[in-house]
Amino acid sequence: MRDLFAVIMLSGIYSLIAASLFITMDAADVAFTEAAVGAGVSTLLLLKTLALVDRHESTGPTRPGLAITVVIATGALLAYGTLDMHPFGETHTPSNDHIAAYYLENSIEDTGVPNVVTSILASYRGFDTLGELIVIFTAGIGVIVLLGQTGTSDSEIRPAMRQHLVLRVVSKILIPFIMLFAFYVQFHGEYGPGGGFQAGVIFASAVILYSILFGPEAARSVFSNATTRILAVSGVLLFACTGIVSMLKGKAFLDYSALAEDPVSGQLLGILLVELGVGITVAAVLIRVFLEFDERRWQPDDQRGQS
Amino acid sequence: MLQLPILQVLLPLLAAPVCLAFNKEALAWLIAIAAAIGATITSVMLLVMVMQGGPISYHMGGWPALIGIEYRIDVLSAWLLVIVSTLGAVMLVPARACAIREIEPSQRVYFFVTYLLCLAALLGIISSGDLFNIFVFLEISALSSYILIAMGKDRMALVASIRYLVLGTIGATFILIGIGLLYSKTGTLNIKDLSLQLREVEGSRTVLTAFCFLAIGTMLKLALFPLHVWLPNAYTYAPSIVSAFLAATATKTALYLLIRLCYSVFGETLQDGVLPLEEVLLALGILGIFAGSLMAAAQTNLKRMFAYSSVAQIGFMVLGLGLASAAGLTATLIHIFNHALMKGALFLALAGLVYRIGDVRLSDMAGLGRAMPLTFAAIVIGGLSLIGVPLTAGFISKWYLVQATLEQDMWWLTVVILLGSLLTGLYIFRVIEAAWFRDSGTKQVSEAPLIILLPTWLLVGANIYFGLDASLSISVSEAAAMYLMGTSP
Amino acid sequence: MTGLLVFWVIFALMMTGLYVTIAHDNLIKKVVGLGILQVSVFMLYIAIANVRGAAIPILKEGESLYSNPLPHVLILTAIVVGIATVALALALVIRIRERFGTIEEAALESAARDWSER
Repeated sequence: MRDLFAVIMLSGIYSLIAASLFITMDAADVAFTEAAVGAGVSTLLLLKTLALVDRHESTGPTRPGLAITVVIATGALLAYGTLDMHPFGETHTPSNDHIAAYYLENSIEDTGVPNVVTSILASYRGFDTLGELIVIFTAGIGVIVLLGQTGTSDSEIRPAMRQHLVLRVVSKILIPFIMLFAFYVQFHGEYGPGGGFQAGVIFASAVILYSILFGPEAARSVFSNATTRILAVSGVLLFACTGIVSMLKGKAFLDYSALAEDPVSGQLLGILLVELGVGITVAAVLIRVFLEFDERRWQPDDQRGQS
Repeated sequence: MLQLPILQVLLPLLAAPVCLAFNKEALAWLIAIAAAIGATITSVMLLVMVMQGGPISYHMGGWPALIGIEYRIDVLSAWLLVIVSTLGAVMLVPARACAIREIEPSQRVYFFVTYLLCLAALLGIISSGDLFNIFVFLEISALSSYILIAMGKDRMALVASIRYLVLGTIGATFILIGIGLLYSKTGTLNIKDLSLQLREVEGSRTVLTAFCFLAIGTMLKLALFPLHVWLPNAYTYAPSIVSAFLAATATKTALYLLIRLCYSVFGETLQDGVLPLEEVLLALGILGIFAGSLMAAAQTNLKRMFAYSSVAQIGFMVLGLGLASAAGLTATLIHIFNHALMKGALFLALAGLVYRIGDVRLSDMAGLGRAMPLTFAAIVIGGLSLIGVPLTAGFISKWYLVQATLEQDMWWLTVVILLGSLLTGLYIFRVIEAAWFRDSGTKQVSEAPLIILLPTWLLVGANIYFGLDASLSISVSEAAAMYLMGTSP
Repeated sequence: MTGLLVFWVIFALMMTGLYVTIAHDNLIKKVVGLGILQVSVFMLYIAIANVRGAAIPILKEGESLYSNPLPHVLILTAIVVGIATVALALALVIRIRERFGTIEEAALESAARDWSER
């Protein structure tokens, strides 16, 4: 298939189907995130990139031999590895019985949070989440470094979609609700599927929707470069400082029980702050990434290769 | 409570967003140096503590080791921490000067931010006792490396970066698959617990498959032949200070991960001998030595030459690992330290060259030995250390490696090592010949600036010092090897 | 045997993604291939975590059997890592297009060769 537009749309559908599969396998939080991130943001960025490159692939597969060899070898290795695996869906496996059982039994007692995925993410394995936040932060930095120079914007102002009346009216009604939903997901993530990442992505998508319809200048007037930069930094520092406060009180980094009189209240407070930090940074980074992608303009042939 | 074991990661990790908040180039540089020096001091203190008192544990979030994430510093980790943090700090001193020459003004603050993130990530990989945590930090280091490489002023830097990105992501995904398969059989992610759980699981095929995936992913990051293809371009087109930093630290961290996997996680399983691991490592190591050295000798661009040289040196290190003995492991660990010093010095000297003449092609070197004596003297001494000439640190590594091969009566490996060293001499000599034995053009070039020369000579001096008195590297490496072999009887 | 069928299907998907990434020259296709590979790995983890007849791991009165929440957490992190890599990769692709005029490996390869032979 040479038409990259079709390829990208199909990959988006693949992510969405994967998200549905995750739901059938009882992974609600994961499905939520995969749908938002994989089917949403990823497809969006791919399409934005496609707008700046050629729509069709020039040649077919160029090294099928090497690829087939690698694939067959890897596939054989994987198949060999499955021969000892526990069958799909079995209840008592080492993976389910060893440490995971602890989380399920003690989540409410230790942290007060019924959504075990959130309690693991934000408290038990909170350090991994800090790492994850840094990953998205780094990606934001990378996009700013690579696309932040404004060398190629043209002077002609894009009409955006001013003439699509229905879109404009409906979106103006929807955007506040999308943002409200983002806040709901952020703060309700302890009791239902959701949390900082999903909330950040939803909030960013509201701003991105606005930007697509009303032009990036409008979005930039609220989310300027300096604003997104400071917000991204604030989220990371909020997360880290929550951990540092625990250190200053003599306990380990990210030990939330140090944050309040009662350890469980401390946990709840810590999880709240940490997820908020995540939400802020993720939203800021994704908004900035989209705006940077949006700013590039198609370069006509004669200007290529000159920068 | 002892907060020391996480400071070496937290300091650079948090300094990065702080630098970004201020958005001022000079301030970012100072904050970066302060954070790196803090990390170095922490690492040294940790090494002292671990050498005296045994491994140190730190439990993130206050949760016990299996429930939460554990940082576990033993002799091996502490040694690597000292190496990576010291070089990370030393490289920052000339970094601003080099950045002014080679990086766009608007990108310079981001350079320091990304550098700090990469340093923090590498230190995090070394400190962590949780396999998935290692994966996350591996990705942080990978992403920041891609960005640092892409900052090179040549447009080929972008291509080098995306190629590294594609290969690196495949490698990271393989590691993720390995972790998943391992988890399905053991139910844990903690390294110490994994080695315990794996004893219960009998030579399972899933576990062996998991090891293969983890190993292949790690070997890709390590640039072990034949998965080294991303390295020459990456080191050539990246800004010189980035090449220096990555050459001295990034591949060492991947090697640390491989050692950790082989000994601390899979130690027992691999004893069964089902996998011909030692043979594979020896074979790939030998191929790496020869392929790397021969390709290096054929290059006309000095950065690319030393990049291939790194592939060869990694071959030597993996050779030591493949011997599967305490002596071999000791030799590898000593060489990790020495190679960091050597390549650090060499690439910094190249940074000095780029500062003055803009490029490092062999044809441009004609007669420069007279115009830039200190820089070229540094290259010569670094080169002699690479070859393994006595009185340099490189000699110590080669000596221990030879002893390890002799101990197992593998004479042919000794010959391989000597041949490899001779080949190294080949390309070093080409540089010397160009620099001194050719007539220079009419170019008037001055010596590299002091801010680049001083760190270069600091590392060169360290090469000589640790060539004369290697008691530090030897004692630590031996202790680490003993400890690791002790965990897998 | 049927218990393993799920895993084999997942591996087939993984290999498809890997094939696309290695075999095709076009950088966007490589990125899409990486995406497919990564989503398949996520499926692997979630499949390992799955327990037949269990509920979503949000503790509720009356439920006793839950799916394993730990792999879910790991995959949430992995998804974020994936999107970060994709965003960075695409930014690189855009810059490469601007400075080289192409995003096909073969053309980039010849540009690289011309450059190092100069």
